[in-house]
Amino acid sequence: AVKLWNEWCRTSNTTNVLPTDSFCLFYRLISDPTVLLCQCSCYVAEDQQFQWLEKVFGHIRKEGLQVTILSTCPVADYKTQESTLTLPSPFLKALKTKEFKEQVCCPLLEQPNIVRDLPAAVLSYCQVWQIPAVLYQCYTDVIKLDTVTIEAFKPLLSSETLKNLVKDVSESTKSLKKLLTTNENHNNIYI
Amino acid sequence: MFVPCEGGGPDLQGFTLLMPAVSVGNVGQLAIDLVISTLRMTKIGYFYTDCLVPMVGNNPYATSNENSVELSINAEVYSLPSKKLVVLQIRSPFIKNKYRPFCQALLSWVESSKCARVILLSSSHAYQRDDEQLLGTPLRYLLTPALEKAVGGHMQELKWKEMEKIAAYPGINDAEKVLHIPGGGITKLLFTESCSKGIQMAVLLKFCSEGDNIPDAFALVNYLNEWLQLIKSKGSHSTDISPEQEIPDTASQWKIPSSWRLLFGNGLPPALF
Repeated sequence: AVKLWNEWCRTSNTTNVLPTDSFCLFYRLISDPTVLLCQCSCYVAEDQQFQWLEKVFGHIRKEGLQVTILSTCPVADYKTQESTLTLPSPFLKALKTKEFKEQVCCPLLEQPNIVRDLPAAVLSYCQVWQIPAVLYQCYTDVIKLDTVTIEAFKPLLSSETLKNLVKDVSESTKSLKKLLTTNENHNNIYI
Repeated sequence: MFVPCEGGGPDLQGFTLLMPAVSVGNVGQLAIDLVISTLRMTKIGYFYTDCLVPMVGNNPYATSNENSVELSINAEVYSLPSKKLVVLQIRSPFIKNKYRPFCQALLSWVESSKCARVILLSSSHAYQRDDEQLLGTPLRYLLTPALEKAVGGHMQELKWKEMEKIAAYPGINDAEKVLHIPGGGITKLLFTESCSKGIQMAVLLKFCSEGDNIPDAFALVNYLNEWLQLIKSKGSHSTDISPEQEIPDTASQWKIPSSWRLLFGNGLPPALF
């Protein structure tokens, strides 16, 4: 596991990871070892995002690499002509790097909206170093994770990347999925 | 570090590098947006650095559905070879303690790419002005000694005002003067570093306050245009520009990019009224 210490993360040095601990965990799919999943349940501070990236991507081969990032954020952050009060949420928006040639499962994020934090850091890295990557950002009005918000990600299951996992097609694509969720520790009031 | 979009990277020898400081009102950055948008500059690469807060979004200069899907990151480089102009745009704040590393990385790139000179667009807190500065133009310039030799005379002709130095110990000893640019972000550091390295750098700044800084951006970009003549100003006439080089006419025809929409938030819920 990649261990980072910052003021947001209160977990001490231990190998027994509890569900409530703030950690980034990496899993490898048994049926297809080319698929890696990273679950990030801590907030990575802005002055550590770069080091996080260098450490994680430093250990992965770039050939055939494809990255999918899943993230959520408050719908109040979404910039649109109408008020966000009337928008049916949750909804999914995507951003992709130049090298990502597949179909995205939802509309792209329109100007002038932007994405910050670790998802932005990962996507920036992939854009600069020409790695195909896609970010699916779910705008939700619920603070805690719930089934409705998770359901919003359903269209992804029929995407090219995940179809491969089910059918076990041997392609030389390695996929890395990062699941980032906002949780109570990450309180936007203090930013 | 500079990472080109493709290939080995463009030849920037002799080019002018135009860039903003992240400063009060983000005026420099807004002005750079106007330059890139109006001159329809092409993106040639990224300035990949750990000194800026990460951010991404779709093409902020999109004019149609086709070109709106290109991803942009927090520091990107654009160029206009016909004017030997290369522009760096910075879109997010600096991370704590990263001013100096950024300045070093930037200046070493300027030196290695053999850019002729750097122009920094910046701003400074209007409330810090003294009595004399409250009168007259809010625009100022600074030149490093290396550039002073080349264009100092031109500034005199344009009747531009040089940024005044203030007393190091006001009230105690008025003899010793220092450069002070409150709210200027990396401006002072980049300027002093350029002076010591003999780099040709100019700083163009405007006194302003936080708020609706769009008029400040226009003022600053018109100030720049007096010198660089990037777009034709009202009244000037040029018959030797071919149709391919045709650029927008009049100083008021700076093109506002699509990303400037909703600068002050979303629409209001109708139920409010």
